Amino acid sequence: MNEKTFGKGCRVLILGATSGIAKSLAREFARHGFDLVLAGRDMDEMQTIAADARVRYGTKSEIVPFSATDFESHPEFWKSCGALDGVLCCFGVMHTQNEAENDWQKAYAMIEVNYSASVSILNIAANEFEARGRGFIAILSSVAGDRGRRSNYIYGSTKAAVSTYAEGLRARLFASGVSMTTIKPGPVDTAMSFGLDKLPLLASPEKVAADIYRGVRRKADVVYTPAPWRFIMAILCAVPSFLWKRAKL
Amino acid sequence: MDVAPRLVWRTVTPVLAREGLNLLRFWAFAHTLSVTNFVSRDLEGWGRYPVETCRVARPEKRRDVAMAAQSDEVPDIIARGLGRAYGDAALNDNSGVLLNEKLNRFLDFDESSSVLHAEAGASFADILQTFVPRGWFLPVTPGTKFVTLGGAIACDVHGKNHHRDGCLSNFIEEIELLTANGETRILTRETPTEFWATVSGMGLTGVILSAKLRLMPIETAQIATTYTRTENLEATLAAFGSDEDFQYSVAWIDCLASGASLGRSVLIRGNHASKSAVRGENPLAFAAPRGKKVPLDFPDGALNPLSVKAFNALYYAAHPDAQKLVGFEPFFWPLDSVSGWNKIYGARGFVQYQCALPFETSRDGLTKLLETVSRAGQASFLAVLKTFGASTPSPLGFPLPGHTLALDIPASDGIVEFTHTLNRIVFNHGGRVYLAKDATLDAEMFRQMYPRHEEFAAVKQSLDPQNRFQSSLSKRLQIGGAA
Repeated sequence: MNEKTFGKGCRVLILGATSGIAKSLAREFARHGFDLVLAGRDMDEMQTIAADARVRYGTKSEIVPFSATDFESHPEFWKSCGALDGVLCCFGVMHTQNEAENDWQKAYAMIEVNYSASVSILNIAANEFEARGRGFIAILSSVAGDRGRRSNYIYGSTKAAVSTYAEGLRARLFASGVSMTTIKPGPVDTAMSFGLDKLPLLASPEKVAADIYRGVRRKADVVYTPAPWRFIMAILCAVPSFLWKRAKL
Repeated sequence: MDVAPRLVWRTVTPVLAREGLNLLRFWAFAHTLSVTNFVSRDLEGWGRYPVETCRVARPEKRRDVAMAAQSDEVPDIIARGLGRAYGDAALNDNSGVLLNEKLNRFLDFDESSSVLHAEAGASFADILQTFVPRGWFLPVTPGTKFVTLGGAIACDVHGKNHHRDGCLSNFIEEIELLTANGETRILTRETPTEFWATVSGMGLTGVILSAKLRLMPIETAQIATTYTRTENLEATLAAFGSDEDFQYSVAWIDCLASGASLGRSVLIRGNHASKSAVRGENPLAFAAPRGKKVPLDFPDGALNPLSVKAFNALYYAAHPDAQKLVGFEPFFWPLDSVSGWNKIYGARGFVQYQCALPFETSRDGLTKLLETVSRAGQASFLAVLKTFGASTPSPLGFPLPGHTLALDIPASDGIVEFTHTLNRIVFNHGGRVYLAKDATLDAEMFRQMYPRHEEFAAVKQSLDPQNRFQSSLSKRLQIGGAA
């Protein structure tokens, strides 16, 4: 038996399917023949995404309601998705640093959605994939999680937590053959960043989705997208703290 | 207190508290996930003249479109697609512009009727990419494929097949329009008043959310093209007489030629090639031309009468009478393969001038226009002439049975006066200019060229009594009662 684990006919779950990057990911995976399971809150929007994939690529899609912060519902939700070959974890919230510093609800929202919810749902995914010995998991972290910047450290710290979680999970899953890919996009031209001025290397969601697809296919550990961010972050990570704290970043 | 009410109180309160908290959280997230905030951005049309600072929002979900359209952050608003209108049709100086490009999903395709239902932000390039390999083509294609469906309807674009097939609206079965009060209206030919006002309504009746477009079956991705060289305007117009043999017909016209060769042209005409005419395994295969890019603004004056004259002479010489198969991309959009070609006119930009003249007066009118352009030495790199078929019922419809001339004029200090001279000629010959390309018309001339403007204003008044939908173009021309 030679079961196909990546490509045409495989089923991928997209969590947070209506986020900017997720929409492009849905198209990218549909283009390569995947069936989609779209999970999120905005059912109308998910219907639209599913229709688009169907008209373009003849994609079979399923739509499942999913609330990231309703942790108790996660096991039931997972069962309702049916058999899956992979998971793309795309939900996330970003508030500005200023908002997050002055309004605990905003800071907490980022922690709850970006970190707690990811752990809750990926624990379930990891247990199942590990038990059956195949599958792929990818999660959207961020370059913002590589270093704490004064201008964005609350959001950044939730992404740092996600990256660390994913790194550990990858080590755990390695023996079972399940891949765990951490995606670290730079700023992407979606609603999340729209209007923020002078973003360096602003990437289109289509370009980012193509990079992610390739990364997941080759079971990459960490994907920086666009690629130059790997180099940039390597340099930034080498800056010692006594200098870093003085930098206006 | 009795036991029973206390029990109810004890069970209900925590539930209410939890649900309330959830609702709050949902609101907090929804708030961040649906960004409808407006930000300032300098926008320009494809002619890069004028440039205006607008307040833009870019919704990514359908429900966010309504939020942005009704937001009190901006006094009025206009939808914008890919920004290929040349002038200020999709600008709104210091006011709202709604970027529609992210709402570009295909919603349905019915093979039996060839009808595609798509969101307004879907681009023609995207439609072709998806449907040409399956054997369908756009029924009408303007001079660029980088337009959105919504923008194409709002300008009711025409193509090289107008003499036979008319405007895009001939193939639009249904328009889903978001009106000023937040309602969604389905417009068809059963609602002719609103339908025909929205078609070529320049976005002033509301925001087009989606539309149903009837595609055209094709056998191959090739156009069987015939080139015919003519020596002057007389010969060009005479040659158009055989247009009925061709679905597509256009003339590249050398508008710097003067005297006896005034109006000399290369007619480029063609039909979709049949399967038998095309060799190769997959007749529907096509390769998008390799993208070239204009990296920088050309210096001002790089295109001057001398260089353009040289180019025109070369082009004319390079196109003797011939017949050959041409891929649809180079046939329809020779310029699309050069990204940012609008930079060749330098940082000041250019005005694209397109007018329509009725058959009865067109020869005289075209002669005067070409003489004026030629005499002024206004270097038009690209000038095209073609025959128009019937007009549409739209009050602001542009095409009329006759001829249409389109040319580029580099923006210079005298540009407004110069186009006014052209406008005067056009109007005196019973013609009008195309609003999608216009940047210089004034309100008075607009009213004269579009005598049914009051009819349009009445429909706009009924759909948009508060005048929520306005653009720099509508304010300049006072369309729909805008002051």
